[in-house]
Amino acid sequence: MTPDEIVAELRDGMTIGIGGWGSRRKPMALVRAILCSPLKDLTIVSYAGPDVGLLVASGQARRVVTGFASLDSIPLEPNFRRARQAGTVELTELDEGMLHWGLMAAAHRLPFLPIRAGLGSGVLEVNPELRTVRSPYADHEELVAMPALRLDAALVHMNRADAAGNGQYLGPDPYFDDLFCLAAERAYVSCERIVPRLEGPPQTLLLNRAMVHGVTQTPNGAHFTSCVPDYGRDEAFQKRYAAAAADPEEWRRFTQTYLEKDEAAYQKAVQ
Amino acid sequence: MVACAEAWRGDGTTLASPMGLIPTLGARLARLTFAPDLLLTDGEAYLVDEDGQVEGWLPYAKVFTMLAAGRRHVMMGASQIDRYGNQNISCIGDWRRPKAQLLGVRGAPGNTVNHPVSYWIPRHSPRVFTGHVDMVCGVGYDRGACELRVVVTNLAVLDFATPERVMRLRSVHPEVEVADVLAATGFPLAVPDPVPVTRTPTAAELDLIRTRIDPGGAREREL
Repeated sequence: MTPDEIVAELRDGMTIGIGGWGSRRKPMALVRAILCSPLKDLTIVSYAGPDVGLLVASGQARRVVTGFASLDSIPLEPNFRRARQAGTVELTELDEGMLHWGLMAAAHRLPFLPIRAGLGSGVLEVNPELRTVRSPYADHEELVAMPALRLDAALVHMNRADAAGNGQYLGPDPYFDDLFCLAAERAYVSCERIVPRLEGPPQTLLLNRAMVHGVTQTPNGAHFTSCVPDYGRDEAFQKRYAAAAADPEEWRRFTQTYLEKDEAAYQKAVQ
Repeated sequence: MVACAEAWRGDGTTLASPMGLIPTLGARLARLTFAPDLLLTDGEAYLVDEDGQVEGWLPYAKVFTMLAAGRRHVMMGASQIDRYGNQNISCIGDWRRPKAQLLGVRGAPGNTVNHPVSYWIPRHSPRVFTGHVDMVCGVGYDRGACELRVVVTNLAVLDFATPERVMRLRSVHPEVEVADVLAATGFPLAVPDPVPVTRTPTAAELDLIRTRIDPGGAREREL
């Protein structure tokens, strides 16, 4: 598939999970394809980085479900920050362990999973729909009943994949990409390279084809986030992104230069 | 840095998760001296020894499990903290439309109900030490905190060793007056009499800091 063909399978109003973490191994080529589409009213579930920043800046994300939004080496995601302060995006703010548990519950077809995280905190106040549950055993402990975060679609980026949808990560951390895929009705994988046969330790084969509905090859497709060992984060470009996001006129120039054409044009522009 | 290191004293084989430079250097100092069993991470997915050599693998999913099991002691920052130790790193102002969006709650709610938590605040001021936090991320003792060990700042070390578990001045750093700490704190602090002075690094610790932990002097730029 091409990124555009994947995005053509998405619909307005969908809940879309995006893998990676902060500014690490994000499926940015797929995010950029969404930016070039008319998709709107999306709910984005993510350990948020520039994926969320871009979709909030474009106005296509109506709601974000996350525990933070960060560029890692730049602590605060500038577009998310601006949208929150302008009141142009809705937020479901969760402890990052609750987000993990919500994906786990969805992946296991459970209505919820109990967790201590959130108890006593503002998370339960800003999300009044969240409920607690009492242990039916002798401890009678009260726990948060973290509801399943069911996704209509998941987008993740792998180092390698095969054409059938088996996916491999080669970096230090799988993040929660497998859970995002398992929690989703349909999961789409972009990768640095589609190979005929996956090689390397079996533990790196994070995704199997039963979890994946579409694969696309997008070299440098996580740019400007990191995709080690293929490449690190493009810190200089990330700085440019953050600086542009701080000023409306600069942002207009940034989007014209980098984001209004297709992936090939983007890759040429960032060389 | 020594006061940050002291936070981990007696923790045994526990995952130390320092956020920020000074707590990171402090955790390494603790491991090199009085807390040799501490587990340190590289900030990504590896467990490393005091010189950065990999000794294990700890991706986020495994951090979450150690966290939930209570086998971790984190030192976080705080944009706001109140006398019970409720901490905010999410946003300033009304949550629905904040004046300033900050990081988000991250793992603070889960950390504070599952395992020991300390705080590092490089600029002790009434804006940080406030009567009311705008969003409770890390929970305080009035909301079910597991254990809030210490709050280390550029002026003092604070703890919650009071009957009502409210914040107390444990020690002032050398050359800091108690009055300076009280003036920089936006709520009444419990104050012991006399107020101890925070211990300074030993000659051996100073040598470690200068030669092994921070030979480039990065610590000087943070304070």
